[in-house]
Amino acid sequence: MSPRTLYDKIWDEHLVATRADGTSLIYIDRHLVHEVTSPQAFEGLVLAGRALRRPDNILSVADHNVPTVDREKGIADETCRLQIEALETNVKAHGVPYIPLLDDRQGIVHVVGPEQGFTLPGTTVVCGDSHTSTHGAFGALAFGIGTSEVEHVMATQTLPQRRSKNLRVRFEGTLPPGTGAKDLALRLIGQIGTAGGTGCVMEYTGPAVRGLSMEGRMTLCNMSIEGGARAGLVAPDDTTFAYVAGRPLAPKGALWDAAVAHWRTLASDPEATFDQEVVVELRDLAPQVTWGTSPQWVTDITGRVPDPAQARNAEERDAILRALEYMGLEPGTPMEAIGIQAVFIGSCTNGRIEDLREAALVARGRKVAQGVRALVVPGSGLVKRQAEAEGLDRIFLEAGFEWRQPGCSMCLGMNEDRLEAGVRCASTSNRNFEGRQGRGSRTHLVNPAMAAAAAVAGHFTDVRRMELR
Amino acid sequence: MNPFTTLTGIAAPLLRANVDTDLIIPKQFLTTLVRSGLGRHLFDELRHDLEGREVPDFILNREPYRKAAILLSGPNFGCGSSREHAPWALLDFGIRCVVAPSFADIFFNNCFSNGVLPVVLPAESIARLAAEAGPLIVDLPTQTVSGAHCGFRFEIEAARKAALLEGMDEIKRSEANLADIEAYETRRRVEAPWLAIGGR
Repeated sequence: MSPRTLYDKIWDEHLVATRADGTSLIYIDRHLVHEVTSPQAFEGLVLAGRALRRPDNILSVADHNVPTVDREKGIADETCRLQIEALETNVKAHGVPYIPLLDDRQGIVHVVGPEQGFTLPGTTVVCGDSHTSTHGAFGALAFGIGTSEVEHVMATQTLPQRRSKNLRVRFEGTLPPGTGAKDLALRLIGQIGTAGGTGCVMEYTGPAVRGLSMEGRMTLCNMSIEGGARAGLVAPDDTTFAYVAGRPLAPKGALWDAAVAHWRTLASDPEATFDQEVVVELRDLAPQVTWGTSPQWVTDITGRVPDPAQARNAEERDAILRALEYMGLEPGTPMEAIGIQAVFIGSCTNGRIEDLREAALVARGRKVAQGVRALVVPGSGLVKRQAEAEGLDRIFLEAGFEWRQPGCSMCLGMNEDRLEAGVRCASTSNRNFEGRQGRGSRTHLVNPAMAAAAAVAGHFTDVRRMELR
Repeated sequence: MNPFTTLTGIAAPLLRANVDTDLIIPKQFLTTLVRSGLGRHLFDELRHDLEGREVPDFILNREPYRKAAILLSGPNFGCGSSREHAPWALLDFGIRCVVAPSFADIFFNNCFSNGVLPVVLPAESIARLAAEAGPLIVDLPTQTVSGAHCGFRFEIEAARKAALLEGMDEIKRSEANLADIEAYETRRRVEAPWLAIGGR
């Protein structure tokens, strides 16, 4: 057989049929379901009189619009409550495994799936959520789908697909101190643009990626969609297996050994050809901060807000002008001079235990600056419990951060965790689109340590200069 | 799904890059349990001010674009969130065709699931279509978009085209492969037994 990439191998292994028109039917191993993108899918199934083919291959949990305080007291927002109740009714009616809202295992789907061992190397994973790319960290082909496709998977356990192009991202060098997976992702997107990966599956390679923990790899793969890619992949290795081993839904005993033996064969063959390659040089990588309304509009913390006059063409100039107007920023302003009023630490990008540890190292013994509201929202109940066992909650609370219950929260503000117009936020989430965290709000994407640093300084600041305690 | 053959209608130009799905339909409208009724919230934050009044100079608040059936836009249209509420909102407003130099992947797929035709044309062609005063004609069988003064041919994958022309039920189509799916599952139980959750 000719040399193949990791993506090729997963694709080949999941090919159910190639149809006369050239499309392929791909088998879906794992399906994550949440409250926002599933009600119309369940309704469609019922209307068509179809049953779920493999409810056992679904894991469902509410995350997008759940409250992050006092949830024991119920959900005040009626539309949110009705949507969560609809999910509970649907999963019960169709026999779908569900993690209840008050269960310790509840959290953001993309944190919960890996935590439970639901996400496995070499599998296909889908969810009605674009950040499903997160699971690519395990060497799983994982991508976001629409609600019609959610229904399609529920009914047939397959999806009609077209083969994507193979794009290799080679990170050259190692991560400089004070930088992390989030900076890798933002640097890459700054380099290739938000449409740079369109039509591609990106495989992340290089020593910096090998050196990342699973949490870091998830952060990196999570942002693949922000680079336009269908999915991101990291070949599974011992780091992967050590993370998955012993998780509740992971294979055990002889099955585990057989699985690992197979997973070791999944790496791209040395001779495999990629359709495209991008090289990202890490030697001068600094903590990244976005300045605009697209993740591609990013610079170093030591950089400045760009001058639209230096744009490559009229369209780019107009786009930058509109972004700067929305963001309320003047060209040439040093990033460190930009004051903030809000901080959000959490999301499927940076809501895992390692992220909270990094932020706590900065927050310890310091105080949130006056006039800044800072939220820490663990990605899951298990992350929250672990953080509390390590005393991280005390560190955050003593510093003046709010310590919240798990969910998507202010990443998209579907619940009440929303910013007012004009409020500027240092956020560890993934999108700085207009209105993303609340209408008229201004989002700057950063890594967790940088977000904590901004919280205590009251403006963006270079975390590399801060003493970590 | 309703078939798509030809469409004659007003084309509204929204010529900016990276129109994301948060912009097309903001988060506060995603708590709906149904597919319909989102048209009045399409581009809500551009169309309405904080008090809910119309922003007079936004394109869809101006005549004749209030009745737009076609949207002309910039590259990477539909980027961001996978929310199918975006094509639902377009459709509910009355827009059945979006013309842009490129589309984000998930949005592109979601269009086809809903009988919305995403047409890829170069920015220069879109600029000329935007300059047309009268309605445009989108003709899927001949793969053309034309106005009174210009017309352009677009490419579309044959399978996508056939599905739109027919208004095909994609699930029904995959169900035709039921024997293949069953054979695959039987084979996988032997080849990758570790995938079974709870022994299934």
